[in-house]
Amino acid sequence: MSNALSANQAIRTRAGLREKLGAWTPRLAIAPGAIASVIYVFGFTLWTLYISMSNSTMLPTYGFIGLKPYFDLWSNARWKIAYGNLFYFSAFYVVLSLAVGLALAIAIDQRVRGEAIWRTIFLYPLAVSFVVTGVVWSWLYSPDAGIEFLVRSLGWHDFTFRLITNRYTAIYAIIATGVWQSSGFAMALFLAGLRSVDPDLIKAAQIDGAGPARIYRKVILPSIAPIFIAVAVVLLQFAIKTFDLVVALTQGGPGISTTFPANYVYDLMFQRGQIAIGAAASIMMLLALAVVLVPYALWTVWRSRREAARG
Amino acid sequence: MVDATFDLALDSQARGASLRFALGRVAIYTFLGLFALIYLLPLFVVVANSFRELPEITRNGLIAFPQSFSLKGWPQAWAHYCVAGTCEGIKRNFFNSLYMTIPATIASTLVGALNGYVLSKWRFPGSETLFICMVLGVFMPGQVALLPWAYILGALHLSNSVYGLILVHVIQGLSFTTLFCRNYYVNIPDDLIKAARIDGAGFWRIFFKIILPLSPPILIVTVIWQFTGIWNEFLFGVVFTGGTQQPITAALVALATSQMNAHPYDVASAAVMIGAIPPLLIYLFGGKYFVRGLTQGAIK
Repeated sequence: MSNALSANQAIRTRAGLREKLGAWTPRLAIAPGAIASVIYVFGFTLWTLYISMSNSTMLPTYGFIGLKPYFDLWSNARWKIAYGNLFYFSAFYVVLSLAVGLALAIAIDQRVRGEAIWRTIFLYPLAVSFVVTGVVWSWLYSPDAGIEFLVRSLGWHDFTFRLITNRYTAIYAIIATGVWQSSGFAMALFLAGLRSVDPDLIKAAQIDGAGPARIYRKVILPSIAPIFIAVAVVLLQFAIKTFDLVVALTQGGPGISTTFPANYVYDLMFQRGQIAIGAAASIMMLLALAVVLVPYALWTVWRSRREAARG
Repeated sequence: MVDATFDLALDSQARGASLRFALGRVAIYTFLGLFALIYLLPLFVVVANSFRELPEITRNGLIAFPQSFSLKGWPQAWAHYCVAGTCEGIKRNFFNSLYMTIPATIASTLVGALNGYVLSKWRFPGSETLFICMVLGVFMPGQVALLPWAYILGALHLSNSVYGLILVHVIQGLSFTTLFCRNYYVNIPDDLIKAARIDGAGFWRIFFKIILPLSPPILIVTVIWQFTGIWNEFLFGVVFTGGTQQPITAALVALATSQMNAHPYDVASAAVMIGAIPPLLIYLFGGKYFVRGLTQGAIK
């Protein structure tokens, strides 16, 4: 009797053990990826944050000196050029990419023939790297062989097109190339948005006698406003991270006129042996991203709550 | 009588409308055509110049209809041109990129699928918070990770090696792959999992027998996203590797920015094409999935 009982108990505890083990399997399965990701996101950020307040020069060292590297950074002329460029570039790049993308999306939305072909053409720049894009456009901008050469050989002999060799205009070459690369992305998202507008709304407006331009302005565009904001946020993110494009297109030149924050971080860390200041600059990039993303995340949460409340 | 004039008025109105429609069509196609020209110009220039002779390029400029034909640029770019003292072409960098991209893509996709499966179907206290923490990695600028990676790769003796880059890309990619897969698996009905559990299937069995067979659409999106992203990446490649270990993006920059007397546009064009062809092929054949990845990556 008592033997049977203990055997029964043994079976039950073994089953219980297996159940417990079973409950832990998912957590064990996700552990490696989760630990790596959390170390990557938080560990690396805190590490870099600490280095940005240390006395590191050529190699990371851990003597704490507070915010001095940040003051050094902000009193640096080249950093001022870098973040000035970032603001200027971001404004033009985001607005122009949105405008070109929207124009292309609306044009394609007019039931054009060969829609797939148009879409493929406008989106392919996104598949190739910023490096490839930058290298090829730097050739097109180059006076000895590119656009200036072409126009001159067509007979307009004193035509000049030297965006890229002039320190005041080189930034426009970067803007134009960035827009070339990214407006297809905006187009793809806008097109998806235009297609998802409730057709009944459009019909109702048509019955009320509104013309196509009016329908776009009053009905369709307002209903894709959230997509506008999402695309703008993604583009701003690209802008803040701009690095490869500048390296391949201008190498930050002429002189230092097209230095961007990301390029300066690289320079400080790996060319000039000023690791602490470089880390401080990278933390400033992170802050810039937070300034863009945190309000956006809050707004998204607020909007989904409001929708949930409305049912 | 009244009817007739009304008809007439309607007729002329209709004719006006159809004329306006035709003009609108012309405007739309002109607009699209013009932009298509601008978009295709760089591609045309690179493809054309990789098959032209250098003297003809220097004579007629980069943007010109080819008047010569030569296949010399491609083998030159692939195996012979010199950058920084070594004359082995871009072959080695191409294979570096391949050896880096393929394992990193596969590993990050598989781990991401597993993470997504746990975070959507086996939630535990704190799993939502964990998900948000993991997804934050999507937004992290690579610059913030440079110094920690440099230290870790050094400690693991993986500096200046393709293996080091694989590690970097797998961990950096986990945020994206976990996000993609989790958001896809959330839409698989929980009843399916419950039924399988009642039938006695465990965690792994459900993953391999139910989840993975339902996954091809999202796995294709994830693989395409990771492959193009890792292939095109430049920052980590240029920071953590040098010389013969560099991926193709870093080698292309070295080639394009090296100061030479006469720029070898024919060879450089072929080299650029070699660097651009893998992601372009993926884009052409998986375009639908590529766009889906973009939309999901951007909005969610």
